[in-house]
Parts: sequence; C-alpha cells; structure tokens
Amino acid sequence: METGTGRNDIMAPQGSDIATSGQPPLLQGDGTVADGTLHLSGDWTIDTLKEADQQVDSIVQSRSTFQKLNLSGLAMLDTSGAWVIIRLLRGLGLKMTDAEPIRADHKSLFEAVEETNKKQPQSTPQPGFLISALSQTGEDVVEIYNDVKILAYLTGEIVLCLLRSILNPRSLRITSIVHHMHQTGLKAVPIVALMSFLVGAIVAQQGAFQLRKFGAEPFVIDLVGILVLREVGILLTAILVAGRSGSAFTAEIGSMKMREEIDAMRVMGLNIIEVLIAPRVIALIIALPLLGLVANLAGLVGGGMLLWVYSDIAPTAYINWLREAVAINTFLVGVIKAPFMALIIALIACSEGLQVGGSAESLGRRTTAAVVKSIFLMVMVDGLFAIFFAAIGY
Amino acid sequence: MTTPLDTRQTPLTSDDTKPPILSIRGLTVGFDERLILDKLDLDVKRGEILGIVGASGTGKSVLLRSVLGLLNRQAGQFILFGHDTENLTRAERLTIERRLGVLFQHGALFSSLSVLQNIQVPMREYYSLPQRLMDELAISKLELVGLSPDAAHKFPSELSGGMIKRAALARALALDPQLLFLDEPTSGLDPISAEEFDDLISTLRDTLGLTVFMVTHDLDSLSQACDRIAVLAERRVLAIGNMTELQKNPHPWIKSYFTGKRAFRQWDKS
Repeated sequence: METGTGRNDIMAPQGSDIATSGQPPLLQGDGTVADGTLHLSGDWTIDTLKEADQQVDSIVQSRSTFQKLNLSGLAMLDTSGAWVIIRLLRGLGLKMTDAEPIRADHKSLFEAVEETNKKQPQSTPQPGFLISALSQTGEDVVEIYNDVKILAYLTGEIVLCLLRSILNPRSLRITSIVHHMHQTGLKAVPIVALMSFLVGAIVAQQGAFQLRKFGAEPFVIDLVGILVLREVGILLTAILVAGRSGSAFTAEIGSMKMREEIDAMRVMGLNIIEVLIAPRVIALIIALPLLGLVANLAGLVGGGMLLWVYSDIAPTAYINWLREAVAINTFLVGVIKAPFMALIIALIACSEGLQVGGSAESLGRRTTAAVVKSIFLMVMVDGLFAIFFAAIGY
Repeated sequence: MTTPLDTRQTPLTSDDTKPPILSIRGLTVGFDERLILDKLDLDVKRGEILGIVGASGTGKSVLLRSVLGLLNRQAGQFILFGHDTENLTRAERLTIERRLGVLFQHGALFSSLSVLQNIQVPMREYYSLPQRLMDELAISKLELVGLSPDAAHKFPSELSGGMIKRAALARALALDPQLLFLDEPTSGLDPISAEEFDDLISTLRDTLGLTVFMVTHDLDSLSQACDRIAVLAERRVLAIGNMTELQKNPHPWIKSYFTGKRAFRQWDKS
C-alpha cells in the first residue's frame, strides 16, 4: 500500500512546518576561479524567493561563465525555489547535469520543474494610443448596434406575446405580473411618496423665497403645481424605479443566466420572453403610472404643507388657487410619459440581464449599465416630450 | 513577542513514528438541534493520501469546512502541524494557513481574473515578488498540473470542467502547501480525465511531498490514489484503513459500498 520509503526523505527538506526561520539563500563564486564552480546554499523556498531571484538575476546579468553549479549547501527546496535554480542554469547556459550533487529527495522536484516554462512566453505588442482609441470606438459602435438590435427584438417579441395572449389568455402570466407589480409598485410606494413630498416642499420653499421679493408669493402655487405634475413627479419616480427595480431585473435575469437557469427553461420549451420578460415589462407599465400618481399627490401635499408653515397660505386657499393654476392637461402631460419611461426601464434592464456573461464582474457591469442607460434615455425622452407638447400647445 | 514556531522535523524512517500532520479530536458540529458530527477523531499522517467517503449527508463537506475554519464547531480540537489551532496568534494562524491548499468542488476560481492572475492571488497577498517572476512561477505551476501555458490568459468561464479543476489545483499549489484538501476532485470529470487527475495527485504527492486530504466518491480514486480511506457514518469515523481492510469490514453500509456492483467492476479490472 505504501508507495515506498523514499517519500519520508522527501518530507525532510520541508520538515519545517510553520517556521520561516531558515538560512538565507546564497550564491557564491566568481568566474575568475579556474574550476568555474558556483556554490549555492541556504533555503530556496517561496519565503526566501525574492532574495534568491535577485542574486540569480545579478549572476546571470554579470555574464560570468561557470561550468558547474554546486548544490551541496542547498537546505530546503520547493517548486518556486527549484524554478529559480532552473532559471539560473538556463541563464548560464548549463544543463541539469551540470548541477550536483542533487539530493535524492530533490531529484523528482527538479525534474518536474525542469519540464516547465520551456517556451518563452510571447508578449503581445501593446497597440499605440491612436489604434486603441480607434478600436475602442469601433467596439463601442458595435456595442450600441447590438443594444439597438436586442431592444428591437425584445419589443417585437413582447408585442407578439401580447397578440398571442388575445388568442390564448393563458400565455399571459397573470400571477407573475401581479407579483412584479407588488415588488416594483406597491413596495415602492413609501419611498416614492416620501421623496416626492420632500421635493415638492423644497421646490415650494425655493420658489417662495425668490418670489417673495416681488410680492408674488401666491404664484409659487402655480410653480409647484405645474412643475410637480408636468415634470418632477414622474421623472423622479422613474429615476427611483430605475435604480430600485431596473437593477433588480438585471441582477435577477443575469444571475439566472449565469446559473444556466435560462438555458434550462429554453430546453424545457418555455419561452423566455413570455415567462421572464413580458411579465416584468407589463407589470412596470402598469405600476409606474400609478406610482407617478402617488408621487404627484405627495408632491402637491408637500408643497402645500410647506407654504402653510412658511408663507402662511392656508390649505383651503392653496387648494383653491391650485384649481385655477392647473388643469387636467397638466396632469395628463405628466402621466402620459410614465408608460414610456416604464418601457425604457424594463426593456433595458431585461436586455442587459440577458447579456450577462460568465463572471461576477460582468453581472455588476451590466447592472450598472442598465441603470445608467435607462436614466439617460428617460431624460432624453422627457425632453422630446417637452418639445412635442410645446409644439402642439397642450 | 512569541517564540518562533520552529518544529523542524528530523527525518525519520516511518510515517507512524512522526506526529500526524493533522489531528482532529472530539469534533462536534451541528446545525440547530441536529448533530452532524459527534466527537469525531481522525489523524492525517504525513505524506499520505487520505480519502474520506460516506453517504450523502453524513458530513464529509462539513468535516472539510470545519477543518478549514469555514464552519463553527461546537466542540473539538484541531492539531495542525503540531499546534493546537485554538492557541495561535493571528500571525501564526496566517503562517499555518499559508501551508494549506484547498481545491473546492467547483474550483472556486475568481471569475473576473484570468487563470494566471488567479494563481498569482496568494503570491501577491503574501509576498512582494516581481511580476516577471510571478508570471514564470504561475506558468510553471500550470504546467505542473498538466495545463498548457496557452490557458494562462483565459478566463474561468472559457475553461472546460477538467481545466477548471486543474487551474484551481494550480492555485491551491501556488504557495507550495504541505497539506492539500481536495473536495470531490474528480466529480464531473470523464473517466479518462479523472484517472489522469488521480495520477496527477499521486505524482504531485511524490514530487512535492504533499499530504492530501481528499473527500471523494470515486471508487477509482479511492483504490488508485488513496493510501488510507476513512469511512464517515453515524456522525463519526466508522472505519479507517486501506481498501482491502475495509472490504472485510462487516458494517452493512461499508460492505455495500466496497463490495457493491460498482466496486466489483473495480476489482474485475485489477
């Protein structure tokens, strides 16, 4: 059963268990001596490797010639030390047979390490600044093209999925949609309401402070009403949801991809779009306008409360003035943007999730990209809507 | 200032006369009310390859993870390299941990680093070596475990199962450990790769003077590579010995494990 007693001797040089107190590695000898022998002594292990490597480097670079390497002083040896000694031999143009005496227990170690690092690793040339800038630009363009492609594909598939669900209502996963509405909608209500309340109050306070100089303080109500309903309520909610639910979508789908769950679904004949993507997109399209409504109300309440305390405008007066200041179209202009924002968030989050590769790093990169891209696109779309509504005078 | 832990061993002629490299005494581990291991004793001798077998759920992985300090134990003592792991300072513990290498079941390579960088992680952490030397050492380790240097710049997601195991083994060997823990090293490998891996472990044990603690289900590994086999059942080490000794053991589980159909196929070959 035992593979021979030789192994016990092999243990001996490594006998020092957790001690690092050994002899320092040493190379002695100079090329002028007639016999040309280099004497090697001390411990050659990873603990002493830095010193050993420096000595080997200086001997190899001094271009002195040696015919023999004397290893009689070698105490402890491990693979790292063996490699440095092999490198010394190669650097001096000597062969393994020129090194002696090799202890029986070191022999197999030297032989094993001798076989390694035979090829010089070819270093890939670093491209110049211009080349790398150009190739990076090219890669980015291809990346954008791929993004557009996958977004178009997802949109098309979701529309198809909705059309199919008219014929076959079972293909619409109601349970899943409700679950995601709960996750992304209901659970986000407290934070969305609190944030809008504060933003409404801040806008009101800033406006009141500036307009007070002109004695036009009541016009703050116009400011708060229009700003919150048309822009801030929806945009801030969408940004919050992008950070909260968009990142979650990417991480969920991405980690499912990493653990081959998506592949498992595919081979079971489940339609990924139908099972994973469409419920998320539909849930968010329903939930975001509702969240926007909550945000609008909270923002108006926040502004009213602040003006009551800060500018002595009573709530009844606030409400009456607000009724004059905003019309139903002010509210609609805001809320009509919400489904588009939801579509942007959900599509980008899901597409990034599907593009997650094998590494943990790629999951992180994709999640970041999902949030950043969706917020950027939302702000752009918001701008387009502003121009559009201004143009049609709504 | 503590005295340096010098336990330099003088060469002896027999494994048995040396203190074991790892002694586990009275190890008790449990989750909630359920005990997984109860007062388990086990010695790992210097230079041996010890296989741990047991039915699923008997606590093989729990044993491995508690030795590595990844799981808390309720009672018990580990004597590693002659030192009780309880009474170590932080620095001593680090020195000891540097002498351990672990190959996890699924490799546990860092997915955001290339194979070369994976192997260099422990070197970078403990030593300040020039990059050129670390590259050479990492390539050398890769070739020792039978991978070609071309694999060095690949990422773990680009490797096959067998390559992942080998690369993870190279990382485990980065600091020349004396005690190597392997968690199901041949699981998920085809029989040929598994056999090569067994040979590799034996070869490395002989060239590098390793002691190997291997959790495995692979009867081929057990018969080809292991010097001794410990059978884990009923919350303790039920039996320990070489293949022939265990085959004579009357315990029903051990009997069916080592003389079952799969085991017989093993004997037919030899």
